[in-house]
Amino acid sequence: MSDLAWIDAALTSARPQALGALLRYFRDLDTAEEAYQNACLRALKTWPQNGPPRDPTAWLILVGRNSGIDDARRNKQQALPPDEIISDLDDTESELAERLDGSHYRDDILRLLFVCCHPDLPATQQIALALRIVSGLSVKQIARAFLVSDAAMEQRITRAKGAVAKAGVPFETPGAVERSERLAAVAAMIYLIFNEGYSASGETIAQRAPLCDEAIRLARLLLRLFQSEPEIMGLTSLLLLQHARAAARYDADGGIVLLDDQDRSKWNRGLIAEGMALIDKAMRHRQRGPYQVQAAIAALHAGAVTPEETDWRQIDLLYRMLEVLQPSPVVTLNRAVAVSKVSGPQAALDLIAPLAPRLAGYFNFHGVRGALLMQLGRGSEARAAFDQAIALAGTTAEAAHIRMHIDRLMAESAPKAAQAVK
Amino acid sequence: MLYAILCYHDEDVVGSWSKEHEDAVMAKLAVVQDKLVKQGRLGPVARLLPTTAATTLRKDGDPPLVIDGPYAETKEQLLGFYIIEASGLDDVLEVAGELGRANPGGSYEIRPVGLFRPGSVAS
Repeated sequence: MSDLAWIDAALTSARPQALGALLRYFRDLDTAEEAYQNACLRALKTWPQNGPPRDPTAWLILVGRNSGIDDARRNKQQALPPDEIISDLDDTESELAERLDGSHYRDDILRLLFVCCHPDLPATQQIALALRIVSGLSVKQIARAFLVSDAAMEQRITRAKGAVAKAGVPFETPGAVERSERLAAVAAMIYLIFNEGYSASGETIAQRAPLCDEAIRLARLLLRLFQSEPEIMGLTSLLLLQHARAAARYDADGGIVLLDDQDRSKWNRGLIAEGMALIDKAMRHRQRGPYQVQAAIAALHAGAVTPEETDWRQIDLLYRMLEVLQPSPVVTLNRAVAVSKVSGPQAALDLIAPLAPRLAGYFNFHGVRGALLMQLGRGSEARAAFDQAIALAGTTAEAAHIRMHIDRLMAESAPKAAQAVK
Repeated sequence: MLYAILCYHDEDVVGSWSKEHEDAVMAKLAVVQDKLVKQGRLGPVARLLPTTAATTLRKDGDPPLVIDGPYAETKEQLLGFYIIEASGLDDVLEVAGELGRANPGGSYEIRPVGLFRPGSVAS
């Protein structure tokens, strides 16, 4: 590995822990970021000459902390936190490295992730902030992923940082209840990042797909810190199993390929193995949770060698469980697909009929309804449902997705109709 | 003599590799491994999934205690291993050096193998 590639990987992997520790020292995001930035610059200058330090993370924290203190002393207006917090200035790197193994470091990283998901921030700002602060992506990279201009993204992140600064950094060590609340908020934010990447299609795939990798990296990081949290295992498993299908999910033009039509040989077996191992571990805890149930559904899909081998009965049961854990008409809509496979399209149609008032504005409701009507041979009603779906589609990709449904079901219903005549 | 080369590295660093970097490393390692195969010196090779997928069974109690995560929380983790036929320590160090040049960073622990059964698992 070249020096630069090595340093780049070391800085990326050290960032959450180092920045998290600096945030604990300085209690201010901007100060911590600047201190970390300075430490990185020093690393780029000295590591190639002197070789990498024994513990890069400890080195970055030490150098960053000293630089932050120097800065604060130089421009007097900025008050430093009380001495007892940063009094251990004479730490040697190795002493600090020893201490990093302690309990601090879990809460440091969790805090860093948690300040990004402040409830006042809209989801898009939470994600942008986390990608900037925790992942260390440049504003330009994030702007590309969100398909907005650099200036707009810069403004969005500045605004988000302002909100975080105003809210104050929760620096005290969290209690058990707070910790689990923080974990849940952070897990939801990581899932949002993943979905930003996962929902890409067409020309945006190359720009947005890396968000999936980043979300998986963050999920693995979180799981390393909280090894026995079944829901974090579930989340990581879910992301891995979804992402395993990435290479099969798009056609040559970037259109979405439906699960049934995907070339399963293109699924990433390594990611599937890891996802399966994690859901397997999680289930042993017997503490159900929405991420685990969704991961279990994804695992049933991933384990089916052909679409016909999919265990729809089990998937139906899991969706029922999800309906209890996380009641939502969209979950019921998803269950309808499983029900149609197990009990036929009429049963599925009956299941979703009561959802109409709540999902009337959701394009996929009409899409699923159209598909079921089509299977029942009610062509004109199906067509009307599909038209409604296309009218409600938020993006051209969604509209294209529904059109594909139409094409597919038209093609499928033709031979079936012929058989019925016989 | 058979030796195990146990591969330790910071899995966060390895997890931060770009796809291109990962492919480049694997390609370089394949060259070294192919050479060892031709010499009839390469035994089983394994790359382990991240330690987040690990479970530890403490068997000093009955029933044994099942713990999530790896046996030890360390800065560098056991990420894989090679089994190599070598004439002695110098020889296996040379092989390890070559593997290390293909994949720098981290450490190899070299352990002579006491009992080896190739087993019957297909890859």
